[in-house]
Amino acid sequence: MLAKRIIPCLDVTNGRVVKGVNFVELKDAGDPVEIARRYNEAGADELTFLDITASSDNRDLILHIIEAVASEVFIPLTVGGGVRAVGDVQRLLNAGADKVGINTSAVTNPQLVKDAADRYGSQCIVVAIDAKRAGDHWEIFTHGGRTATGLDAVEWAKKMESLGAGELLLTSMDRDGTKSGFDLELTRAISEAVDIPIIASGGVGTLQHLVDGVKEGRADAVLAASIFHFGEYGVDEAKRYMKQHGIEVRL
Amino acid sequence: MSVDIAVIDYGMGNLRSVSKAIEHVAPSASVAVTSDPAVIAAAGRVVFPGQGAAPDCMREIDARGLRQTIVDAARSKPFLGICMGMQVLFEHSEEGDTACLAILPGTVQRFPHEAMHDDAGNKLKVPHMGWNNVHQAMPHPLWVGIEEGARFYFVHSYFVQPTVPDVIAGFSHYPFPFTCAVASENIFAVQFHPEKSQNDGLTLLGNFVTWNPGERDTACDMSGATCA
Repeated sequence: MLAKRIIPCLDVTNGRVVKGVNFVELKDAGDPVEIARRYNEAGADELTFLDITASSDNRDLILHIIEAVASEVFIPLTVGGGVRAVGDVQRLLNAGADKVGINTSAVTNPQLVKDAADRYGSQCIVVAIDAKRAGDHWEIFTHGGRTATGLDAVEWAKKMESLGAGELLLTSMDRDGTKSGFDLELTRAISEAVDIPIIASGGVGTLQHLVDGVKEGRADAVLAASIFHFGEYGVDEAKRYMKQHGIEVRL
Repeated sequence: MSVDIAVIDYGMGNLRSVSKAIEHVAPSASVAVTSDPAVIAAAGRVVFPGQGAAPDCMREIDARGLRQTIVDAARSKPFLGICMGMQVLFEHSEEGDTACLAILPGTVQRFPHEAMHDDAGNKLKVPHMGWNNVHQAMPHPLWVGIEEGARFYFVHSYFVQPTVPDVIAGFSHYPFPFTCAVASENIFAVQFHPEKSQNDGLTLLGNFVTWNPGERDTACDMSGATCA
């Protein structure tokens, strides 16, 4: 039976892993290659790197990191952050990424999602959606959560699927960094609206939150950062907990 | 100079993961990622990967003049097909109504929408993406050291349906059983991605780089044992 995936996320800036609260107040969490190695050994099903480097001068650092990780960690690697053109997708794939996350550019230029999926296959295109509750629905934000778009998250998810996204990485802006759990209603609404897999993200503070994301949110995969980086829980521990709660995982 | 292992590059997706994983399990082997028919023809063994859609895949193979090279390699030397490189070995793919290489008898079909739910009625997503159990349908040198039911990483929306059940080397469930590995003489092909399946994937690739098809038959003849 297909296992639900646990995906540690590494936010990388200037070559270091960092973690913030609500996209600000960044704290250093270590060397990305070392952390990737550790997560692989602990049984992570995939790894996601989000390059949040602000300066274009240091953008190539992520390529070196991915190259180093891909030489010794043989599980799927997703890289996102700053992807604006098909050429960016190609550079990341050539460095060793298996999937590329597209976020802001999917909104400013939806054709990029189609072009990249046509060229490299849907399997390597992950559209990252940052959504925030707005009354009875959810709205898409871009630029790391700073820019409102007026777009409805559920409709947007369907559009991204139709353009060729192979997977959606869904982050609740309301929950990210708060450790109060996923926005389960948001996760479920989108998971039920599309046929492609959904990765739930934003808000994990306990292992029960991971279980809830799968059982109530209907997520196909769960992504978390801070609970793993700061050693509160191990990836292996998270998987055992999920298994105890009736979720199929790879142990 | 001929290479030990040629990874066929026909413009279908990223082959870096495949070559990196092979270099990892065979550090002393020469590995070439190549679209040169002469290099492929001279290589000791061949890996045929591929991602994307079947029509593009077949078009790119022909655009590079690789069809006969692939057919010849699949008939003459240790040959490992991965993902799309497994699917196009068969006769026809439902994806874009595409005629394929017809090296193995059978077809390629999409996971049917109406079947995609679990016992509790929950929707199952397509692509089939993630780690699933692989059940070994026959003993084979490439399964050595890999536990029955071990999990491998999959990402695909289509699966093969061999006409001849004898070639089925492994199957998985989503939600029904489907063929995820086939073996026929010097060909072994898998739907999952060994290069992304951590230790078990590396074991399979390690088995491939030392595999000598036909050796099993010789060993059986010598011992007088019956080979099924």
